[in-house]
Amino acid sequence: MSTTAIISKTAAAIDRALADGRTALVGYLPAGFPDVQTTIDAAVALAENGVDVIEIGIPYSDPVMDGQVIQAATVQALQNGFRVRQVFDIVAGITARCDAAVLVMTYWNPVMRMGVDEFSRRLAEAGGAGLITPDLIPDEAAEWFEASDKYGLDRVFLVAPSTSPERMAMTVKASRGFVYAVSLMGVTGARANVSDAAQRVVEAAHAAGAERVCVGLGVSKAEHVREIGEYAEGAIVGTALVAALGSQGVDAVGRLAAELSSGTPRSRTGA
Amino acid sequence: MTQSPDKPSGTLPDTADAFLAAGGTLRHAPGPYFGNYGGRWMPESLIAALDELADTFDKAKADPEFTGRVAELNRNYSGRPSLLTEAKRFAAHAGGARIFLKREDLNHTGSHKINNVLGQALLAQRMGKTRLIAETGAGQHGVASATAAALLGLECVVYMGAEDCRRQALNVARMELLGATVVPVTAGSQTLKDAINEALRDWVANVHNTHYLLGTAAGAHPFPAMVRYFHEVIGEEARAQILEQTGRLPDAVCACIGGGSNAIGIFHGFLDDRSVQLYGFEAGGEGVESGRHAATITLGRPGVLHGARSYLMQDEDGQTIESHSISAGLDYPGVGPEHAYLADIGRASYEPVTDSEAMDAFRLLCRTEGIIPAIESSHALAGALRVGKRLTEGRKNPQDVIIVVSLSGRGDKDVATAAEWFNLLEKDTPEAEIGAEGEQL
Ligand SMILES: Cc1ncc(COP(=O)(O)O)c(C=O)c1O
Repeated sequence: MSTTAIISKTAAAIDRALADGRTALVGYLPAGFPDVQTTIDAAVALAENGVDVIEIGIPYSDPVMDGQVIQAATVQALQNGFRVRQVFDIVAGITARCDAAVLVMTYWNPVMRMGVDEFSRRLAEAGGAGLITPDLIPDEAAEWFEASDKYGLDRVFLVAPSTSPERMAMTVKASRGFVYAVSLMGVTGARANVSDAAQRVVEAAHAAGAERVCVGLGVSKAEHVREIGEYAEGAIVGTALVAALGSQGVDAVGRLAAELSSGTPRSRTGA
Repeated sequence: MTQSPDKPSGTLPDTADAFLAAGGTLRHAPGPYFGNYGGRWMPESLIAALDELADTFDKAKADPEFTGRVAELNRNYSGRPSLLTEAKRFAAHAGGARIFLKREDLNHTGSHKINNVLGQALLAQRMGKTRLIAETGAGQHGVASATAAALLGLECVVYMGAEDCRRQALNVARMELLGATVVPVTAGSQTLKDAINEALRDWVANVHNTHYLLGTAAGAHPFPAMVRYFHEVIGEEARAQILEQTGRLPDAVCACIGGGSNAIGIFHGFLDDRSVQLYGFEAGGEGVESGRHAATITLGRPGVLHGARSYLMQDEDGQTIESHSISAGLDYPGVGPEHAYLADIGRASYEPVTDSEAMDAFRLLCRTEGIIPAIESSHALAGALRVGKRLTEGRKNPQDVIIVVSLSGRGDKDVATAAEWFNLLEKDTPEAEIGAEGEQL
């Protein structure tokens, strides 16, 4: 495989957690919500409270995969004047203060607009681990394959309950870092329970050869993290953290992360 | 530039003229790609539904029962074929060229939108889906979708920007009369693009029983090629009618461009006729230099929005810029990918028409022909006047120039806007108030 030379920062962070007997915890925050410095401080608070992989979302005018809480936060970030290039300052600011892997989650047009190569170069320079791409499927990702290999970045693609076996195989093969298993058919937002579909998606990804699969969408409690840890390598929390940051600030984000981390110890070794 | 190795490189050319001269065809381009445009820039969650739709559509096209049912509804429900009407008094203002109007305004529900809606609603039934969702700006596509849902006994939910709901209160009532549920969208700019975002969010969550009935020839594959297919009847009829009425092909075909469905429908009939110039007229709003417009091809640059790579109104950061037009149906910051391709290869030309040029043409058609056009279609009429003057310049026999215009819809919905524009309303009447808010009745 042409990618074996690349050491995945995200995979390394997940493997450290697993070696510790923990399910990897992935935490999402929107860039520039409510401002750049707060994003950095909140992300560092995540890392200090047990989060292994930080996901920084670029606010975008047309976020079709996001529910109301994240939409409202990203709209506010844009109203506060957030510019895409500031995501590199945020990534650099976080990686300077902690050793969590930092991924950027972005809809594809802002990357295209800057130029895929240019965006990738600057992300790598800032110490970023790679990209999570909610509206980019591997079928359309030729430029991103090239740039991510060139700059040693992770490519986190999504798989869903609706993903066919053929597409699962193709997407798992295209991914680096981890495979993002969407737990349900829907958009981001906290939910009372993790959907039953999640385990099936993760099993299908494992069967297709994925070594690391993390589950996102609707994950908001330590209990969810514990449950996901029974079948997946990681759990991704977004909306709950964004809501905590929005209503109570950075300290609340740290407290929620600590609470979520209490769900990470794994009952079984390995997964 | 973004082609994956496994993509069909396709047989579509980089420049149109030599390709057509050598006997190539631009007709029936199947997608997903039109040159560098099109594709499926969509969440993985929706890919299975897009695959199912593409597969169902491919099989349906080859099934005489399906094509027969579409033809039957077009004839006995929509009222097709629509007329081709020569507009002689109007044409006197176009340098003396002869102008023929393709009368999509005479279709049931008052615009071309019904062609696409009936076809897709039948496909939804074929897939066993019981629920239709749609986006709408002015309300025309919402009304057409609600109509098809009522006809076929399907549930229908229409997403509409809250701002548009307020401006188009009567079309909201119309959809509700037809049994649809209208959901006001308060996200983002509260207009058409946000209604599409919200419809996509609904689709992700309900794709097991729901078909997203997209209203224009944009979005992810198979929508651009499929929506075109259902509108190709416009161009097929127009070509046969102009040959019958004048004995030859036109010099130019003019259409307005929102997402581009009526335009691609009429253009398609003439794509391989090298002598026929194709013109798409985008909404120039208050003038392209004002920044308040929807001239996507004229001033946008390639990007991805709502599932397709195409021209797009975007800022330096790739954020979508809000569009502006007096006509809600053209007020969209994107455009269908096949138009982006036809522009790049030089097969079709795209120009902006301002609000005031469109409104002048609106009034002219009312006064000279007794036809009240949709404000969307008035952009095509204004464009035809411009093209007519251009093509007749210096010609001894200007009447040898023949132009076909897609009159995509009727203007009943636009009466309040027009009355306000032309100061026809007495101050302090309820009608004046409605008009001032941009209501399109
Ligand atoms: C009468 C009419 N013409 C044109 C349009 C623009 O759409 P399109 O470019 O898809 O034809 C609309 C859209 O609402 C419309 O109602």
